[in-house]
Amino acid sequence: MSNAGASKAKRNAVMALAALCIYGAVQLLALSGTLLSYHLQVLSLACINIMLVVSLNLITGFTGQFSLGHAGFMAIGAYLSAALTVFYQLPFLAALVLSGVAAALVGIIIGLPALRLKGDYLAIATLGFGEIIRVVILNIPAVGGPRGFTGIPRYTSFGLTYLIMIITIVVIRNFIDSSHGRACVSIREDETAAASLGINTTYYKVTAFAIGAGFAGVAGGLFSHYLQYISPAPGQIGFLRSIDILIMVVLGGLGNITGSVFSAIVLTLLPEFLRGFAEYRMVIYSVLLILMMLFRPEGIMGKNELSLEALESLVGRMKNRKGMRSDGTS
Amino acid sequence: MAQASGLRVTDLSVQIGGLKAVSHVNLRLDPGELVGLIGPNGAGKTTVFNALTGFCQPTGGHIFFNDQELTHKPPHVVAKHHLARTFQNIRLFRDLTVLDNLKIAYHKNFKYCICSGIFRTPAYRRQEEMVRKVSLEILALVGLADRADDKASNLSYGEQRKLEIARALVMEPKLLLLDEPAAGMNPAETAELVELIYKIKNDFDLSVFLIEHDMHLVMNVCERLYVLDYGVLIGEGSVQDVRNNRKVIEAYLGEDGAWQS
Repeated sequence: MSNAGASKAKRNAVMALAALCIYGAVQLLALSGTLLSYHLQVLSLACINIMLVVSLNLITGFTGQFSLGHAGFMAIGAYLSAALTVFYQLPFLAALVLSGVAAALVGIIIGLPALRLKGDYLAIATLGFGEIIRVVILNIPAVGGPRGFTGIPRYTSFGLTYLIMIITIVVIRNFIDSSHGRACVSIREDETAAASLGINTTYYKVTAFAIGAGFAGVAGGLFSHYLQYISPAPGQIGFLRSIDILIMVVLGGLGNITGSVFSAIVLTLLPEFLRGFAEYRMVIYSVLLILMMLFRPEGIMGKNELSLEALESLVGRMKNRKGMRSDGTS
Repeated sequence: MAQASGLRVTDLSVQIGGLKAVSHVNLRLDPGELVGLIGPNGAGKTTVFNALTGFCQPTGGHIFFNDQELTHKPPHVVAKHHLARTFQNIRLFRDLTVLDNLKIAYHKNFKYCICSGIFRTPAYRRQEEMVRKVSLEILALVGLADRADDKASNLSYGEQRKLEIARALVMEPKLLLLDEPAAGMNPAETAELVELIYKIKNDFDLSVFLIEHDMHLVMNVCERLYVLDYGVLIGEGSVQDVRNNRKVIEAYLGEDGAWQS
């Protein structure tokens, strides 16, 4: 057991180091002028998408509750934090925390009735709740109504987004790896059995829903303070956005955090790379999605989380293969 | 109504739609007893188990366990009173490892809050260490110690049945409800199961209430039997009593004229 603990500590250290290196590399490239502000914007959006995907994965992938309203929680965070910084001159971090808490509370309020439903019915109900949030925002003149909320100060930087993204991943990962997280996973696996083992299934479904909603709210706050503008268009905070996030979750693998991170990055960058193809862009994007689902329905990473052991064994296998090849030629 | 410890069920009725699945059933199980519940298909045996564990709501009667009223309590509350069960159609967490299946059953004993799970406090580490130890001990007891890191769905049928029992044992039950534990097992596996039931009954100081169709197993293992037919208790008592009970014979073999001629 001490062995397992040591390897865990080692893995955490390596992960932290890798996270730092990536951050350092991006900052260096930005300073040297290789990365333009456009690149940094895309990278920040990737970080925000990672937060949205990982938080939805907690609800849909780990707890097994199909949600189509995730953009609604993001919308709450985006608008509330913007309103707090614009109208009340609140510090940005305080506004972010408050918008996360608010989104989590709304998650609880929506989750309590909605999570009694299962499967398709839950999906429809969450879709409805997401749209209700959007329509409510659409009808508040103070935040711009259908024209959108303009004049939001640009408080979000790549560094801050990156840091909060790391915090999101660590918190959700640690939650999953605790007794409470296992309770959530057991609900996905077999709700009846979970209840028979003394797990209050409603409580844990709502908890997972609230945590996921909270992080989506924070992501929304980062989003609106990055673009300095947010509008109640379906593609930005409506069901189209929810479906985008869900696609990323499914593509990365349900219940796989590494996969979520990976697919969020790929699917954020892909449309940018495909810009050269102009109007064929979305066609290629859709075809890639279909091919992906045909050939790898369990997601990019499937059930495998990124781990040191997996990397080590992969490196070992490659070494072996090289060794064999050189033996053959000699 | 309930003075002694153990399970006391009085006048239990369960109505599902227009069907009286269970009507006016009285049961008692004293601590340390091994009692069987038998009856033809569709007699309402599983419904009795479901009512005891809160999976279906009784329409009448009372359930007491160790002087605590459990009538109308939801399943997760019933589980906190040290009542554990297995299911007729195995319900494992198939995509998780054998060890994680057991860890989940330990859930109600965890004391740390969500935050200490997220921040990895010493309380978290201590309790995770403990649950690992407890789980591995129980796996060793049922003979699955070497499968701890395998996915539950990769176990053989008999091993899955065992794992389900092991998972129930992690809950430190005082009463273990086994719903057809030998279903689908070959004679060798059934013999192993009988050994296991004896072992856990002695090692864990619990009472066992089991539904079973394998008469050989029932007659060998159970100290007492209840016989259910069309939701009504038609016989109870020692194995010998039940064997000679006219109503029981009729329920299983038809009215005497029908099978004697």
